Amino acid sequence: MSFITKPKIVHPSMPRNALGLTVRDYEGGMSTLCAGCGHDSVTSALVQAAFELDVEPHRMAKLSGIGCSSKTPAYFLKQSHGFNSVHGRMPSVATGANAANRELLYVGVSGDGDSLSIGMGQFVHAMRRNLDMLYVIENNGVYGLTKGQFSASADIGSTAKKGDSNEQPPIDPCELALSLGCGYVARSFSGDKAQLVPLLKGAMKHRGFALVDVISPCVTFNDHEGSTKSYQFTRDHYHPAILADYIAPSQEIRAEYEKGAAMPVVLHDGSQIVLRKTDPDYDPTDLAGAFAYLQKQSAEHEHVTGLLYVNEEGQEMHALNHTVDAPLNGLDYDRLCPGSEALATLQENFR
Amino acid sequence: MSAGPRDNDFTIKIANVNGTGSASANALLMKVFFRMGIPVVGKNYFPSNIQGLPTWYEIRVSEAGHLARSGRIDLMVAMNAETYQKDLLEVAPGGFLIYDSTWPRHKILSRDDITILGVPLARMCNENFPTARSRVLMKNVAYVGVVAALLDLDLQVIRSSLEKTFAAKANLIEANQTAIDLGYQYAKENFSCPLAYAAKASDKTADHIMIDGNTAAALGCVYAGATVAAWYPITPSTSVMDGFKSLCERYRRDPETGERNFAIIQAEDELSAIGMVLGASWNGARAFTSTSGPGVSLMNEFLGYGYFTEIPAVLINVQRCGPSTGMPTRTQQSDIMACAYASHGDTRHVLLFPANPEECFYMAVAAFDLAERLQTPVIMLTDLDVGMNDWMIPDLKWDDNFVPDRGKIMTAAEVEAAGEFHRYLDSDGDGIPYRTLPGVHPRAAYFTRGSGHNMHGAYTEDAREYQEVVDRLRRKWETAKQFVPKPAVNFTEKHRTGIISVGGCDDAVQESRERLRESGIGMNYLRVKAFPFSDEVQEFLDAHDRIYVVEQNRDAQLRGLLLLETRVTQDKLVPVLHYDGLPITADSILEIINPDLQKGEAA
Ligand SMILES: Cc1ncc(C[n+]2csc(CCOP(=O)(O)OP(=O)(O)O)c2C)c(N)n1
Ligand code: SF4
Ligand SMILES: [Mg+2]
Repeated sequence: MSFITKPKIVHPSMPRNALGLTVRDYEGGMSTLCAGCGHDSVTSALVQAAFELDVEPHRMAKLSGIGCSSKTPAYFLKQSHGFNSVHGRMPSVATGANAANRELLYVGVSGDGDSLSIGMGQFVHAMRRNLDMLYVIENNGVYGLTKGQFSASADIGSTAKKGDSNEQPPIDPCELALSLGCGYVARSFSGDKAQLVPLLKGAMKHRGFALVDVISPCVTFNDHEGSTKSYQFTRDHYHPAILADYIAPSQEIRAEYEKGAAMPVVLHDGSQIVLRKTDPDYDPTDLAGAFAYLQKQSAEHEHVTGLLYVNEEGQEMHALNHTVDAPLNGLDYDRLCPGSEALATLQENFR
Repeated sequence: MSAGPRDNDFTIKIANVNGTGSASANALLMKVFFRMGIPVVGKNYFPSNIQGLPTWYEIRVSEAGHLARSGRIDLMVAMNAETYQKDLLEVAPGGFLIYDSTWPRHKILSRDDITILGVPLARMCNENFPTARSRVLMKNVAYVGVVAALLDLDLQVIRSSLEKTFAAKANLIEANQTAIDLGYQYAKENFSCPLAYAAKASDKTADHIMIDGNTAAALGCVYAGATVAAWYPITPSTSVMDGFKSLCERYRRDPETGERNFAIIQAEDELSAIGMVLGASWNGARAFTSTSGPGVSLMNEFLGYGYFTEIPAVLINVQRCGPSTGMPTRTQQSDIMACAYASHGDTRHVLLFPANPEECFYMAVAAFDLAERLQTPVIMLTDLDVGMNDWMIPDLKWDDNFVPDRGKIMTAAEVEAAGEFHRYLDSDGDGIPYRTLPGVHPRAAYFTRGSGHNMHGAYTEDAREYQEVVDRLRRKWETAKQFVPKPAVNFTEKHRTGIISVGGCDDAVQESRERLRESGIGMNYLRVKAFPFSDEVQEFLDAHDRIYVVEQNRDAQLRGLLLLETRVTQDKLVPVLHYDGLPITADSILEIINPDLQKGEAA
């Protein structure tokens, strides 16, 4: 376990964001995960993303299920309320929380076991409802916390530490998300913070469900030869199809993109994601194309990464419900209770 | 068995095939008694099926106000050829049976101790109505006309009922009136009307309404200020959410913008439904779900989570017949144990037991206050009989000065003043900690986890720290006893025998007590309204030598709970059980109590 106590002193030269906070203000409790676990890198990318986006820490709510990955909300943004729920059921809690207060930023962290096996039902239905949240899957191909059983994302032919080979086809959360009309589908790698941070930022800004599937190696149970989610294998088969840069509303797009290769997508608050294609044929706004591309590349054992699909047109849960703008948890009781006269009138129907 | 039929004291049963539109005819008939001022109850025995299976509707008319199932049928309207034989056998000696004489009956299907009245309902309707569908529908309305003649119902009341039901649709009013007249005329011409007993206008229903418990509970949720509801459809609870939705559409929607100040989410299953409720309540909305047995089974893991992490939640469980899928359209009180200790580990839940739709309304409101005051899930247990049948109850009243009890929620200013916040400290010594809502203040944050946590909310596997928290939860449970509704008690010193009962058994128990009184036997009565049991329950147990525990399940679950949670001994509590899926009757109670009393005398 990485029990390195972090120094409490903040150096005066540390950069501060628009709220006057340093990146340290976005950290949480000390991680108790294995040294080198990919999940810790995802945590630090989340910290960086929230810092760079000037998120008010207490206006974020962190939610998770159960697993090593689901422990991580304790390790970032200590000023945010956290909800470590039960195994596979975080999406429902997030749904209820968001129903009650649409104004907070909801960040869910889950694992491949948590989302693709026990919690598959809730995961797909949260997408179907287009719940406004960032949903991170820390995908390591195994159940880390219960000591290395295959998860549903394990590839065919991938071997377990003790030698068993997985023969069942994997479930790809990104393909699932595409089939469900999810408006922000990204994949990344815990070892590529430069790619991951802007993807997380875009996801936090996206209105509606944003899925970021992060290959996040389990150093203890799935980092050996024969694993398709080890650091080595991921680096060797890493295929960034789309690089994304997040541009805040106030920022100007720098002119260093090659003409034609750059593609800006405007988010609801005026910020932009500039997509840089490494593959000229790839169009991340073309759903069918994205789906075909993913299938083709995964057949070749490539980990396609980047912002695979984006669509800002979707209507999130509250828009579909026509909910009032004000958070439901703050409405005055007077507005909610019809009162004695209404009750008397209503009862005429029951005579 | 109760005394034979008299004026304003009889039971009608109508046997139909479901999907033939009989429900509205039967509701009309029931309402006519109510509008004539006579206490009445309507009980629907319907199949778990959409079309083609037998369904019955039972109307008990009782000037004395006994509104449990009577267990005696005085007048049967046998509209279903398939169940005819069974229906015929059910009529009490001296009773009447109406059947459709358009087609001949089988000869062997006869009884000479009852009067059988044939009315050519189908033929009359075929001759008078043009379309196939209207002929089927109007056959049902026509038997209402027959009953009206036999029981001397007020034709003016029938007419105004039709006008009220069909309001703007004049052609429907006239069609229905024609059908009524056909039946009425036929009966007048062919039978001696009225029967020896009839309906006499009375004044017992003023300031009363007829409503089912699910609608009343939904109304309670609206008045309690619930804004988030999550559910997964299941009989017999579905109409709670249907009711909540239509009430919210009426009262909670901006007429101009169409904006809703509520969110009703049809979840993918009950695991999600309760998860959504916990998420919303954690975030400060009043939230609830409604379900029935199978749904409660699925909700177990999250209920334990809610208990341990101390999140308010309201669950309305409209009980049905178990085990497993059981009989979804039959009633029982068989989830008492499953709810009291739902989930693994040392878990226990606050339960509320409304006896009728009136209490469904008030207790639904109370459930939200209790859940927030105690920061824990509260389960209101009704059942199919209370939830789906139309009961006569006093008008519901509302105090406009009512202020919901949101419990110990710290505001931003309070957090600011306090300097620091720890989620699970017992600052007040009542076992109830303070909570904060997400987003209110940078120093208000805490981490909610179902894993071991200490009084500050931090993760722990430390023996002492863990135990501190679960011991405090037990203290909170003691506090809960002061907040939950007290039992309803009828007590006089002179009786050493008592009855304890729960929920929808109440009317049948009251009727039993009255009949016992008539034969000179007095018994005290306590009806539990909540779990944990408050001190009054222990006092009642202590004050009696023998107590009959009346409930609607096979395994004497309330009795079991009393044995577990009070100091009473096994031999003091005599189980009185009814669990065939039909609502309990006074007869079924007395069938057990009377022999037991005689045994006691003989000894
Ligand atoms: C209902 C239930 N069943 C089983 C478990 C045991 N369990 C805890 S974590 C876990 C798997 C977690 O895998 P994943 O989501 O991939 O997380 P990782 O540890 O790999 O990050 C299991 C099966 C549980 N907590 N709850
Ligand atoms: S077991 Fe694997 S997933 Fe869990 S903390 Fe260790 S490395 Fe990470
Ligand atoms: Mg995993």
